[in-house]
Amino acid sequence: MSGTPGDARRQSAGIQATQSQATAAYWLIAPALSVIVVFFLLPVLAALALSLTDFDIYALGAFDNLRFVGLSNYVRLFRDPLFWVALKNTSYFVLVGGPLSVGVSLGAALLVSSRVVRLKGFFRAVFFLPVVTTLVAVAVVWRYLYHPRYGLLDYVLVGWFGIDPVDWLGDPQWAMPAIILMAIWKNFGFNMIIFIAGLQSIPDTLYAAARVDGANAWKQFRYVTLPMLAPTFLLVALITMIGYFQLFAEPYVMTRGGPLNSTLSIVLFMYEQGFRWWNMGYAAATAFVLFAIMLGATLLQLGFGRGALR
Amino acid sequence: MRSAAKVTMLYGLLVSGVALTMLPLWWMLAASFMPTGEATVYPPRLLPGAATVGHYVDLFTRLSLARHVFNSALVAVLVTLIALLLNSMAGYAFAKLRFAGRDQTFRILLAALVVPAQVTMLPLFLMLKELGLVNTYLGVMIPGMATVFGIFLIRQYALSIPDSLLDAARIDGAGEFRIYWSLVLPLCKPILITLAIFTFMGTWNDFMWPLIILTDSDMYTLPVALANLLGEHVQDNELMMAGSVLTVLPVIVVFLVLQRHYIEGLMAGGVKA
Repeated sequence: MSGTPGDARRQSAGIQATQSQATAAYWLIAPALSVIVVFFLLPVLAALALSLTDFDIYALGAFDNLRFVGLSNYVRLFRDPLFWVALKNTSYFVLVGGPLSVGVSLGAALLVSSRVVRLKGFFRAVFFLPVVTTLVAVAVVWRYLYHPRYGLLDYVLVGWFGIDPVDWLGDPQWAMPAIILMAIWKNFGFNMIIFIAGLQSIPDTLYAAARVDGANAWKQFRYVTLPMLAPTFLLVALITMIGYFQLFAEPYVMTRGGPLNSTLSIVLFMYEQGFRWWNMGYAAATAFVLFAIMLGATLLQLGFGRGALR
Repeated sequence: MRSAAKVTMLYGLLVSGVALTMLPLWWMLAASFMPTGEATVYPPRLLPGAATVGHYVDLFTRLSLARHVFNSALVAVLVTLIALLLNSMAGYAFAKLRFAGRDQTFRILLAALVVPAQVTMLPLFLMLKELGLVNTYLGVMIPGMATVFGIFLIRQYALSIPDSLLDAARIDGAGEFRIYWSLVLPLCKPILITLAIFTFMGTWNDFMWPLIILTDSDMYTLPVALANLLGEHVQDNELMMAGSVLTVLPVIVVFLVLQRHYIEGLMAGGVKA
């Protein structure tokens, strides 16, 4: 059959079609790819190079003042007590704020998904509302809610529970917990939606079988819901961790990193070094160390997650 | 009886959740209408004694906030339109067209997702400074114009378009660009709406990049202008609350109107991943 003129014609038409498809594909991809390569991938490489230089305000004026300094920015960073403070604060925010956020999200998802609850759409939308709000604006609002003299939080704590008023954002011990509380309020709706989707994907037959076996509500949750939610948990934990490592606007607006640097985050440290003092080489090294920490934490979590899923 | 108690408890928890979630937003709205000084009285009030729109008037007259509303709206709308176009073009090509290097390129793009945006900000600032784009709308817009996330979102959706449909259009003599524009785009409408909402809200709410790239206060987007206003008017609670209301109002309206698409898009993504 092969070798007839009709076949050859069809084949060459096919090749032509594939070629025109490829040409079209390159044109369709070119704009997006150029933007990503020029304004994202290239800057990543440039940041690595920048972190090996002493780029500062003098270099900003004239590039002649730029010198290659090897790894000395990184060495300096690890000797900088302020960086360790920022790392400690950021870890606090990630390790305490992250699990609390995920827990509140799961609780809200379980409540909203309960079979007996009506108006699911309403509750879902209300709990999601803080997620869409502008972080800077709600940080301004919470600044006032936390005020020791006229803020709502202290009013409730003092008036209803008789606790001494706390200067939330003015006390180095309480400033980070205050930022965590606000972050939970702002973010729990997002993970709640992902948990609701995960809960919906658990087949009802599993619960029916568990009930037949005599499992009560707690046992159904422990032996059906939780294991079936494991992939969702991993996803939510990763998203939350990656987002929380990048803490910036909350301390910038609410505390400027204070009091006594108790809310200085790594990104805020990088911003101050890079765009306030123009130590851009030093700031680039900070950005890369943050990147490395985030990558390490992600791989660690994926490793744990795979182990748990197995 | 036991189940009635359980239902009551569930609703009790849900209603307290609603109250706690809404309280900060409610207080923001109420305080924005209070006369100067009323938001700082003790005990705190949840309703203005004598409502006034004076702070809103102040914001638009004395503090020329309209300028920043315009900046934010312009940047958010333009970024959304450009991102929809560029990401849908690339996303469709990655999903449905055959070309050399397709899968490798896509894998590299996905790998780039692990790099946090902050890493790029320092060199990007220097680059845009050389290009004369510091303190311009284009400078604010550039990082959002095409994103790996957007391409990925469109690609996953476009994968479900049957090849036979595209081939039928080819046999009818439609060119590849025509197929993209008149066949693929309409089919992708649901995911395009989701991407539009994500992009619009992300750009409107973004703080760090506009803060870096905009140096002249006339150019500030709303969040940057609001943070700046806080520096000078930290004592004017009611005024700051009015500014916060204006900043969050557009995104809340967009969300309430399109929430079905937003939440369903998010849920679909969550299940797939």
